[in-house]
Amino acid sequence: MNLHGTPLSIIIFALFVATVLFLSFFFARKAKSAAGYYAAGGQIHWAVNGISFAGDYLSAASFLGICGMIATLGYDGFLYSIGYLAGWVVALFVVAEPMKRMGKFTFTDALDAKFDSRGIKLAAAISTLVVSICYLIPQMNGAGSLVEPLLGLPHWVGVILVGAIVIVIVSAAGMTSTTYVQFLKGGLLLIFSTILVGFVLTRGLSTEPLGLDGGAPGGEMTVQATESQLQEQGYALRHTTGSLQKYDRDGTTTWWKREADGTLWRAQWSSGDQVNGVVGGVLEPVGRLRRIGGLSEAEAAAGTGPVGPLAFLAHLTHPDTRVEQWQKQAVTDEKDAKYTVYSPKTVSGTDEMKPGVKFKVHTTTEKLNFVSLMLALFFGTAALPHILIRYYTVPSPACARKSTIVAIASIGFFYVLTLFMGLGAAVNGTVNPADNNMSAPLLAMSFGGVLFAIISAIAFATVLGTVAGLIVAASGAVAHDLMDRFGRMELTDRQKVRAGKLAAFAVGIVAIVLGIVFRGINVSFLVGWAFAVAASANLPAILMLLFWKRTTAAGIVASIIVGIVSSLGIILTGPEMFAGPYGLTAEQAWHPLGQPGIISIPLSFLALIVVSLVTKNRRVAVEA
Amino acid sequence: MLHGPARPSGPDPASGYKTRLGVAMFIVYCVVYAGFVLTSVVAEGRAMQVIVVAGLNLAVVYGFGLIVFALLLALVYNHLCTRKERELNVTPGDKGAGA
Repeated sequence: MNLHGTPLSIIIFALFVATVLFLSFFFARKAKSAAGYYAAGGQIHWAVNGISFAGDYLSAASFLGICGMIATLGYDGFLYSIGYLAGWVVALFVVAEPMKRMGKFTFTDALDAKFDSRGIKLAAAISTLVVSICYLIPQMNGAGSLVEPLLGLPHWVGVILVGAIVIVIVSAAGMTSTTYVQFLKGGLLLIFSTILVGFVLTRGLSTEPLGLDGGAPGGEMTVQATESQLQEQGYALRHTTGSLQKYDRDGTTTWWKREADGTLWRAQWSSGDQVNGVVGGVLEPVGRLRRIGGLSEAEAAAGTGPVGPLAFLAHLTHPDTRVEQWQKQAVTDEKDAKYTVYSPKTVSGTDEMKPGVKFKVHTTTEKLNFVSLMLALFFGTAALPHILIRYYTVPSPACARKSTIVAIASIGFFYVLTLFMGLGAAVNGTVNPADNNMSAPLLAMSFGGVLFAIISAIAFATVLGTVAGLIVAASGAVAHDLMDRFGRMELTDRQKVRAGKLAAFAVGIVAIVLGIVFRGINVSFLVGWAFAVAASANLPAILMLLFWKRTTAAGIVASIIVGIVSSLGIILTGPEMFAGPYGLTAEQAWHPLGQPGIISIPLSFLALIVVSLVTKNRRVAVEA
Repeated sequence: MLHGPARPSGPDPASGYKTRLGVAMFIVYCVVYAGFVLTSVVAEGRAMQVIVVAGLNLAVVYGFGLIVFALLLALVYNHLCTRKERELNVTPGDKGAGA
């Protein structure tokens, strides 16, 4: 898939960046105080704050990651949409107003409001930094993925570009400029995602998708054959591994996927610097419907034409529908040469549109992993530091509540759209089999360069808005929580702002480095872990502080530390890390649990309760 | 667009009512959400593939339902909270400065 930036995409991108930078410098004059820098002066209108919440929250994980996961795995990707949105219920009903009442600049302020404990300041600041960095990695990674096709620049350049722009935004006017960048991004994302879904429904469903540039995905390649047909065409079988078969013809290697009925489907491969037999070659975009259920043969051949949203989903859900899902496998051939093979698998509409492809629920461990993930998504939102600090940007608890409702409406609407965008990419031949994060922008490309340029610029803005929020949260943790309050440096108002700007610069550099190192992992999957850490480290402390009068400062500190250590410990010793970054196998992992929430969240609660009961006398002393 | 110092909120006599209401609604949503998770897990999630309305299966209908239900509960919550605040004459800086 060889994509290069068009002049139009570069112009739209440059216009957007110029607007964002103008906003930042415009507000820089208005955010000289610490309150202005860290909390936008607490004067943001609740409706603006609500859309800014959407701009803050709808990150690369939501736009790129979820759409990509739905495009390659079907309904399982939509589970993230459901969980992410459900988390806002916790934020609204339990957290919003108390956080506004108790806090000033950071999440640590609220936790520490009753105690004035240095331990809480330190633990909560560390938690903020850990969660923010877990969240930053996939955002920066997504930025790199976007810049490659948008501007024709390498991945690492995209990461550095995002880092540099965000450092300027945050350093210029902190939360004030960040708020308006997020507002702009949130609004644009909602509008143009709706337009993209409108295009998808207007095109309808077809078994002959147009692909990116009007040619069917797969290009000129034969995509389906029987073994005898291949032999007639001069292909010679060289190697079989599982359902994958390697055939050579005229010195050219091809890989094929054998289905249960004996049909062979053309796979794609990479090995060293070769892709599909071409040095420096590129993978073809994939994803198509092989059969449309609920239509006669003649109707199916013609495609549905424009279709309503419910009919679109109903056709895809039909038991007779057949969809391609692409998988990646590392294999070796008869000469022990290593290949990465991308092969299609046919699934029915029934399987495409229900949970179970990625998140299987056959064994007890699989069930625990599934429940654990849904638990982390539900409890994670209300514990994300960059979300919580947005409650300080409005004037009152009532405004905090109202802005959360605007957020639920806009974010919920967007998550409904993700299902259509992801499935749209899956059946329109616009999925990069090696990197599903680009599915939504590539879907836009199939409707023309203008929409692609706009959607890509918005996707880039998506990263900017979220990264800016994360860096504000992280810089607040360093400058306000650690330096000023924990370190008792007693900074003046002006020094606090300066310290915040320096911290933003440092965190930005760290984010750039991590974004380059962690290239290619699905962004939504990584964010799922950030949610697990936030839900384990922060939420038990917030809930117990609000609803259990025996909570002590030591209990909160213990809860945060146990939450961080247990959630990160389970992730780092689990099968996903062994099979992924460690380069080992999932079987070598210390335990089979991929998602930590089901263990780490209760552990964090337990730690808080036990330590609070043990340190009961100290609570009395402080309160007295 | 004002960006002056953050101002502290005054006392809120409706906070007790809002907390109780919030917790009650949170529990209601928790139960519905837990139902979704359990339905996905029990019997390997086969219930999720049952077509329930307009050609859509339970997975899609329940998933969309959770999103819409969250918004409905949020609107009801806000309505009840606002009514109680008016009843108790709470004016905690309800209007933000225009943006």
